[in-house]
Amino acid sequence: MGTYLFYFLIYPGFLFAAVIGAFLSWFDRKITAGVQFRKGPPLLQPFYDFFKLLLVKETILPARGAKGLFLAAPIFAVFGATMAGVFILLPLMNITTGFQGDLIVIFYLLTIPSLSYVMGALASGNPLAAVGGSREMKLIMSYELTFLLVMAGVIIKSGQSINLYQIIQVQQAGTPFIGSLSGVLLFIVAIFCLQAKLAMVPFDMPEAETEICGGIFIEYSGTPYAMIKLSKYMSLFILPAFIVAILMKGFTLEGINILWAVLKLVAVVLLLTLIRNTNPRVKIKQAIRFFFIWMNLLAVIAIVLAIFGL
Amino acid sequence: MSFKSYCFKKSLWLFHFGGASCNNCDIEILDCLTPKYDVERFGMVLVGSVRHADVLLVNGSINKKDKPRLLEIYEQASKPVVVVAIGACGCTGGIFAEGNTFAGPVDKIIPVDAYIPGCPPKPEAILAGIVKLLGKI
Repeated sequence: MGTYLFYFLIYPGFLFAAVIGAFLSWFDRKITAGVQFRKGPPLLQPFYDFFKLLLVKETILPARGAKGLFLAAPIFAVFGATMAGVFILLPLMNITTGFQGDLIVIFYLLTIPSLSYVMGALASGNPLAAVGGSREMKLIMSYELTFLLVMAGVIIKSGQSINLYQIIQVQQAGTPFIGSLSGVLLFIVAIFCLQAKLAMVPFDMPEAETEICGGIFIEYSGTPYAMIKLSKYMSLFILPAFIVAILMKGFTLEGINILWAVLKLVAVVLLLTLIRNTNPRVKIKQAIRFFFIWMNLLAVIAIVLAIFGL
Repeated sequence: MSFKSYCFKKSLWLFHFGGASCNNCDIEILDCLTPKYDVERFGMVLVGSVRHADVLLVNGSINKKDKPRLLEIYEQASKPVVVVAIGACGCTGGIFAEGNTFAGPVDKIIPVDAYIPGCPPKPEAILAGIVKLLGKI
């Protein structure tokens, strides 16, 4: 029992994912600043933001809204991100072997943060938040099928295994899945799914600061907003870690391989940041079409190639 | 200095309220976010919703239509919030001070923590004002 609590709260769960995620968030902002020829924020900026929101700012509840759900939604988001983080990182860090079918559980848990943002937005009673919530729902519907197809491709490539630990083991025994043609296609599709899951710029229409003033988070302030920031930091760590696990051979945490593991993670985040900085925000209609037609087509081609062993 | 106020100082999020402005001050505020001046070095970012804001930047003369809106924006902000009046119109009313529709400079409506005069103030002046404000918090 104590071991499981340690896994959940400290390593590799809540605290570890939050701290690494905060540093990755700083990396994201620093690279953004570099792309725009600016200097960028200091290293501890995500921690200052989080503690300011948590400790200093006042929490305002909406007068016309479901206050309980409004306050509970950020906690659900942090919980979902933590649980998904635990199930992804335990096999990835080679601590335990996970259980049969944990890939499916991870898939469901990764949806919880986005769903709870939608719940919180609709509970706040703000019309702009409702617009943002409806956009986030459409976005979830468009990328979830694609993400499931990516996982189907990975399952076929690993020889019908639905255990994350076995998938990593198959890759470590042979070549990483990204080393084949279908693996490259799956990686491209997965990167765009991550972009939408993290609500980064080509697909940030639920937040859209310039048109709907922050969208789903418009009414949040103080401690609940700190929780939302926390779940965002954690998602920025666990989702790239998941891609590294299912397509890029996972981590080997001994000797010089630790550096290699860090480089793989940072490379995925760098790719996400560069996509975010070189693209404009698309309309929700365009995003749905992009995922339903093009990304699904690419994922299906990758699955067919995977069946033929390419 | 306590941990709380240190974190607050290091992460000020800005919200921009433009009154009946001639847009010169708005452009100079936006200049502060450009690569040359880059206030994100100090952890400042422009936010879309006043609920997230720590600093309320008010510029332009406040006329009778603006006054209730400014009051409502100020009440919606989560406290503590710092108010900065930018430009001659924000500080005193400027050339509009005796106009029919003028409803008073910003400090007659909400408490103001810092004044940055000028018509418009240069981005350097705005940064100097911000640095003085950081020393005051």
